[in-house]
Amino acid sequence: MTAPRQPPHPSRLASLRATFFATPLDGVLTLALLVGVVWLVPPIFRWAILDATWIGESRAACSGEGACWAIISARWRQVLAGFYPEDHLWRVGAAMLALAAGVAPLRHRRIAALTLATAPLGVLAAFAFLGGAGILPRAPSDYWGGFSLNVLIGVGAAIFALPLGVLLALARRSSLPVVKGLAIAFIELVRGAPLIVLLFAASVVVPLLTPHGVSLDKLVRTLMVMTVFEAAYMAEAVRGGLQAVSPGQAEAARALGLGPVRAMALVILPQALRIATPALVNSFIGLFKGATLIYVIGVLDLTGVLRNAVTDHAWQGLELEAYVFAALVFWTSCFALSRWSAALEKRAGAPTRKVDDT
Amino acid sequence: MRPDKAIAWRAILIQGLLLAGIAGAASATIRTALANMRERGLASGFGFLTRSAGFDVAQSLIAYGPTDSYARLFLVGALNTLLVAVIGIVGATLLGLLAGVTRRARSPGLRAVALGYVELARNMPLPIQLLIWYGLLSAAPPPRAAIAFGQAIFVTNRGLYLPLITWNAPAPVILAELAGVIVLGGLAALLVARLRAMGRRPPSARWVMAATLLVIVAVLARATPGLSLPHPRGYGFAGGLEVSPPLLALSVALIVYAGAYIAELVRGGLDAVPQGQAEAAKALGLSAHQTLRRVTLPQAMRVIVPPLISQYLNLAKNASLAVIVGYPDLVALFGGTALNQTGQAIETLSLVLLFYLVLNLILSGLVNAWNRRTSVWATGR
Repeated sequence: MTAPRQPPHPSRLASLRATFFATPLDGVLTLALLVGVVWLVPPIFRWAILDATWIGESRAACSGEGACWAIISARWRQVLAGFYPEDHLWRVGAAMLALAAGVAPLRHRRIAALTLATAPLGVLAAFAFLGGAGILPRAPSDYWGGFSLNVLIGVGAAIFALPLGVLLALARRSSLPVVKGLAIAFIELVRGAPLIVLLFAASVVVPLLTPHGVSLDKLVRTLMVMTVFEAAYMAEAVRGGLQAVSPGQAEAARALGLGPVRAMALVILPQALRIATPALVNSFIGLFKGATLIYVIGVLDLTGVLRNAVTDHAWQGLELEAYVFAALVFWTSCFALSRWSAALEKRAGAPTRKVDDT
Repeated sequence: MRPDKAIAWRAILIQGLLLAGIAGAASATIRTALANMRERGLASGFGFLTRSAGFDVAQSLIAYGPTDSYARLFLVGALNTLLVAVIGIVGATLLGLLAGVTRRARSPGLRAVALGYVELARNMPLPIQLLIWYGLLSAAPPPRAAIAFGQAIFVTNRGLYLPLITWNAPAPVILAELAGVIVLGGLAALLVARLRAMGRRPPSARWVMAATLLVIVAVLARATPGLSLPHPRGYGFAGGLEVSPPLLALSVALIVYAGAYIAELVRGGLDAVPQGQAEAAKALGLSAHQTLRRVTLPQAMRVIVPPLISQYLNLAKNASLAVIVGYPDLVALFGGTALNQTGQAIETLSLVLLFYLVLNLILSGLVNAWNRRTSVWATGR
């Protein structure tokens, strides 16, 4: 047989034309887009970069032509670490490292299960570094803030929420009606409520419910609410994973003589969690974004610090710069996380699909 | 004892212990709460609902004054939440549909724009987007130098001014009449379907639809519609419809944010229909329009609708971000002002949660009904 004849290679111009000007409508749209880009991009570029003021001590330093990023550069310390004492800033860095070290075992398959123990330890260590313990002097949580607080609350809540979410997912699939009913009621109630209502509850209802003399730190209450909130969403992600594991796996485990607990812990749950990972990461992104709301109850995360900055007399009227900066910071982190989640999905999806095909 | 009997006893024991534990914890918590509230001189119970709230609300769909009760305040807040939710749902569905279809457009430029929008909007926290929109709006010119679109629409830092259609009959009367006509039309359509199922040959459904539309037009014409255009007066505008900056910023933010998620649902739904379906329809001689309407869209909708409704629920919950810009929604009015005035945190927040729970139940009821309908239809092939 002869090789199939190749169609004549189209010239570059022709292929451009086929892509952008295939029909008159396409041509008009392409031109409209070009006009839009030319109309929008240069002014934005001029505002954000060329005409921008980068450094200054107050609003007076702003040129008034373009953006005034001085509000960020003058307060970079608050942006990162809130009002944490200046000569103790290393402790914030140490806390972040502790968090990272806690989840590090996840990267290696052999020791991934260790994360169950190391991750909560990492969070506790981060709290110890920030709050002070042993030879470190105490630093009240009012001083903590900025983006590091977003990371602490987001990662901390996710770490405590995952085991809780797994328990809730298992409870929801339980054959015991009371257990199942309670799990459903809890999950649906939390998922049906706006986060801000739960945060209000954390700031005004929780103090009413704790016994006399016991007062929980505001940050601890926030972390508790975020954990509970995240657990309900993670429970649904894990439940999806559990449903996706074929029943044959449970039967095979049983045939090998594993009891129900060991079958769940050693055979079903590991597979379910792997399937659920992209959904779990997505729900973490949601939590991380939602946590920008905690400034409403007076916790000074990145948004809170910036809101403080724009109400400062010296910086009034720079709302746009402050919030665009916050948007960029969160966009970068969430976009990276969502790419990671998509990559995980692809990797996890490949072998399963192959099994389905045979 | 037989093993299955032992298991049954164990199940009862476990559940009994669980219930007892929860009841114990609940009663201890309630006792602590009551003691704490006594100590702080806080009242308990829902008696406050009938008391006068004593403050005015910037925006209300129903008549409301400072002397009205907390119960009415709840209604005002709930209606304001529903207003934003409905604006958001309609807007986000349209935007999401447009962006989702554009992500599968032929032109790469259009695809890039849609992708850029989706990735930009999805990965930025909604509270920050809301703050940016609100900031942009307060940077808009004052009413005297308003950005005008054809002397009919004005954008100012005091809000958006739109033309308003006026009627010479009260709105509830017109709405009731329209509802009556639509119900009658629906009944007629059902009758036609029923007759057809019985083997008769009734007039076509199109006639029913045309007749209904005709009556609707007649009802509207009788109310003599007019147009009220906003026009500058004093420091602001008179006539037309005024959309306050908080409502405008909140609506735009919700539409842009939820629109991006809906776009992904639409794209996923379209991708979920195998290419072979459209090819088979074409081979059977169906037109492009018939293919979309009878083959592609119904199958895509089966995938799209359940997550779409949960997006609607998310949107309704996100409407509570109203607190940030000072729009008087249920959470701001009841979980904020009413809570602070009465100090009855547990009662006010429970009522707010109850509202969202009911909303949740209604929407998940819709999802279940949809799933039942489409799965019957799917197995009935």
